[in-house]
Amino acid sequence: MTNERYACDILVVGAGPAGLAAACVAAEAGRQVVVLDNSPWLGGQIWRGEQTHPTQAAAQRWIQRLNKSEARVLASATAFAALSPRCLLAETLSGVLEITWQKLILATGARERFIPFPGWTLPGVLGPGGLHAMSQAGWPVAGKRVVVAGTGPLLLAVADGLKRHGAHVFLVAEQTPLAKVMRFGLGLWRHPGKLVQGLGVKARLLGVPYRCGCWPLKAEGADRVQRVTLTNGTRTWTEDSDYLACGFHLVPNVEWPLLLDCELRAGAVRVNEFQETTVADVFCAGEPTGVGGAECALVEGQIAGLAAAGLPDQASAFFSQRASWHQFRDALNDTFALRPEMRGLATADTVICRCEEVRREALESFTDWRAAKLHTRCGMGACQGRICGGAAQFLFGWDNDSVRPPAFPVRVGSLMSADPTDPTASTPTQPRV
Amino acid sequence: MTERVTLSVNGQPVSVPAGTLVAAAVALAGVTRFRASIHGEPRGPLCGMGVCFECRATINGQPHSRSCLTVCEEGMEVRTDD
Repeated sequence: MTNERYACDILVVGAGPAGLAAACVAAEAGRQVVVLDNSPWLGGQIWRGEQTHPTQAAAQRWIQRLNKSEARVLASATAFAALSPRCLLAETLSGVLEITWQKLILATGARERFIPFPGWTLPGVLGPGGLHAMSQAGWPVAGKRVVVAGTGPLLLAVADGLKRHGAHVFLVAEQTPLAKVMRFGLGLWRHPGKLVQGLGVKARLLGVPYRCGCWPLKAEGADRVQRVTLTNGTRTWTEDSDYLACGFHLVPNVEWPLLLDCELRAGAVRVNEFQETTVADVFCAGEPTGVGGAECALVEGQIAGLAAAGLPDQASAFFSQRASWHQFRDALNDTFALRPEMRGLATADTVICRCEEVRREALESFTDWRAAKLHTRCGMGACQGRICGGAAQFLFGWDNDSVRPPAFPVRVGSLMSADPTDPTASTPTQPRV
Repeated sequence: MTERVTLSVNGQPVSVPAGTLVAAAVALAGVTRFRASIHGEPRGPLCGMGVCFECRATINGQPHSRSCLTVCEEGMEVRTDD
């Protein structure tokens, strides 16, 4: 199969808030921009569903702005390998794209962090963001009893969204103690947009108990979740539930930055003031540089886009806004840090690695991720450690600092197309047609 | 009225509104077990965003497709638990 080829000035990986912002400003500055995303939609995970069910003005503004720009969008394309230093390969449903770039902006977003507990592998236990996103595209939640649990501001937004789709959300269990959540809430005055958003969500949630200092201990059921046992540290009780939407804040997607040898610091991509990584011409914006939310990502994305377009003066106009969002980011991550009890949720026979079905007791004796992988296959299944990696980091302190291509499991045919000597390859086409 | 598409899930016809995810169509068909774990435990979607691969299904003959990232199309054939 012949690869479809593209050449551009700036390639943006990820079409969430950071990627949209970066692509818009770079394309508006006259650069040839290609935006790649593994989903069929624009907006990333946080704004997923906005194209079909518009609810947020900011999302609509940015999606329209991108659609009006000359940037070329390649959707449903999963970046899986770098063919050469400035050429990246992506798999689509029907083939392989080969994209050469002058500047690369990684806006790969974040995923939910899962902390294993007994029963978390049962169907019906999902990430809150995941259940919400799928409910916007037809996943049936109407009339279902749902517990939303874990930690982070996403829980309230998800409970609100699920209710609007007809779910009976009867409890939101937030592991962070109430006093800490209150302190965070009071600090939001510095970010009025967030405050309005938060109050709006809270108002619609009236009637749903938001219990802080409360977390799930186990999920039970035959073939799917039917009951959830929760605790507030002193009292333990069980609720009948059709779904348990449970996630513990977010972890940055740093596989691509790692694959390109970008340096990390404390699990996040190191960038300079222009959002450029430690690898020349490779920029990074949004959650991979530290989980700070959509507004922070939009600002960082604009800085990255303008800097990559060779407009440092315009980029620097956003520095003070970014500094303010970084204060918010620090408060966010401090507030929703995991309490130590979360390390004790998984029992000896709880599965940690879902793909290879590796249980906690099989992992305890190892001192690092690499050794555990080699001996138990933990993290070597289809998700390549994306789910258990965040858990292993929290439970055992193991950092995953190496990624090998392919960055995502792909078809054998796609891997074969990564051969740079392929004589059937066509000549590059310009992105604008 | 919303446009609808009809697809087949494990041989059973399912009609869903256009724009519905394959994962959602599978759930609407009453299937909770998308796949079996290596020790035979039932599994369904976890992340809903293309990361965990728990929702994988055979879509139009293509095995290991992420049903949470794929939108239903008319005449599509979906098989779970392969």
